[in-house]
Amino acid sequence: MAHLAPNKPSSGKESAGLRYPTNGKTIYHRPLNRSKTAELSQASFAYLFSEMVSYAQRKVTGIQDLEKRLNNQGHPIGLKLLDLLLIREPPRSQARPLNIITLLHFIKINLWQHLFGRQADRLEKSSDPEAQDEYMIIDNEPLVNAFISVPKEMSQLNCAAFVAGIIEGVCDGAAFPARVTAHTVGTKDEGEMWPGKTVFLVKFQPEVLEREALIGKA
Amino acid sequence: MSYYFAIIGTKDNPLFEYEFGTSKQGGDGQPRFSEHARHFNQFIIHSSIDIVEEVQWTNGQLYLKGIDKVFNNYISCFMTGGNVKFLLLHLPPHTGSSPAAPSSAAAAAQAAASNRSSTSIGANPGSAQTDEAVKNFMTEVYDNYVKAIMSPFYKVNMEIKSPVFRQRVAAAGRKYL
Repeated sequence: MAHLAPNKPSSGKESAGLRYPTNGKTIYHRPLNRSKTAELSQASFAYLFSEMVSYAQRKVTGIQDLEKRLNNQGHPIGLKLLDLLLIREPPRSQARPLNIITLLHFIKINLWQHLFGRQADRLEKSSDPEAQDEYMIIDNEPLVNAFISVPKEMSQLNCAAFVAGIIEGVCDGAAFPARVTAHTVGTKDEGEMWPGKTVFLVKFQPEVLEREALIGKA
Repeated sequence: MSYYFAIIGTKDNPLFEYEFGTSKQGGDGQPRFSEHARHFNQFIIHSSIDIVEEVQWTNGQLYLKGIDKVFNNYISCFMTGGNVKFLLLHLPPHTGSSPAAPSSAAAAAQAAASNRSSTSIGANPGSAQTDEAVKNFMTEVYDNYVKAIMSPFYKVNMEIKSPVFRQRVAAAGRKYL
């Protein structure tokens, strides 16, 4: 119970080393609100992302496994972004998403705006009566795929699985457990306007829909 | 007035806990829980999670206000986007524990003291000012919590051990409560 003692001597200053930065500035001293214009270089992101993909590709058993690994890389980012984006909202409109639609709007608008500087192109609900738990977020040309050319033998692969992982993290964090996968739907035809068009298929767990129905009744 | 603050993770696991007293109106910031009550605080906080889980789906606000009262302990809750709960238990100072002999000087002084403290935020757990003070405290802790989870080495539901975080929470407690 020693950690409960209210007046624990502060050990921040005296012990230098890797644990404490020499200038005394920790992550707690940095502001959470970034200026609006602070953007990152796309070239450096593309370089980093290509390394991430090749890292994920090591000893991989198949395309599904590779996508799973990319998904896992994105997942913690989504969990953290959820709280970061909430705290950056003006206090009046700060609210936790309580239903699927608000959550998906949050992803389509806030998350996309933060990550890619624009909103996602479309949000759709599956028209299949068998799959009422499926929603689709559509991006005409995902930024992460800008410099990625997928070899023919791996045509199933879509590296936006990383973004799908971020979306999954946001959903899981907000207590809407879901499976999110990325699928290329753009064709390689001449006349295709968006050859890289990607659908993020969000499939919620049955308990989410069950709760949604209960809340709707109340 | 004594406070017990705890951060509870998504799997109902404690991530951080801190005990403190009021610093308003000459308070020394020391908690005044009896040794017996200290051990109960954790149980009380965890038992109110059931109520939090009901309230969280009817109210989309981050700050869920006072949600529970167990004997004389008032529990306020703040819920982050990632379903991590900040729970604050407040125990108002003992009032009327020795109502005998109002004529003696000591009792008069005590009455004056309790009179003064009856206007303080600590003594009125249900008042709007207390609510506002707790909200400000929670918002400040949330700010620091988000900074804590921004660390690339922090994974969800990890205990927050940073001494800087503890100092920040203590400072927020001194400032608002």
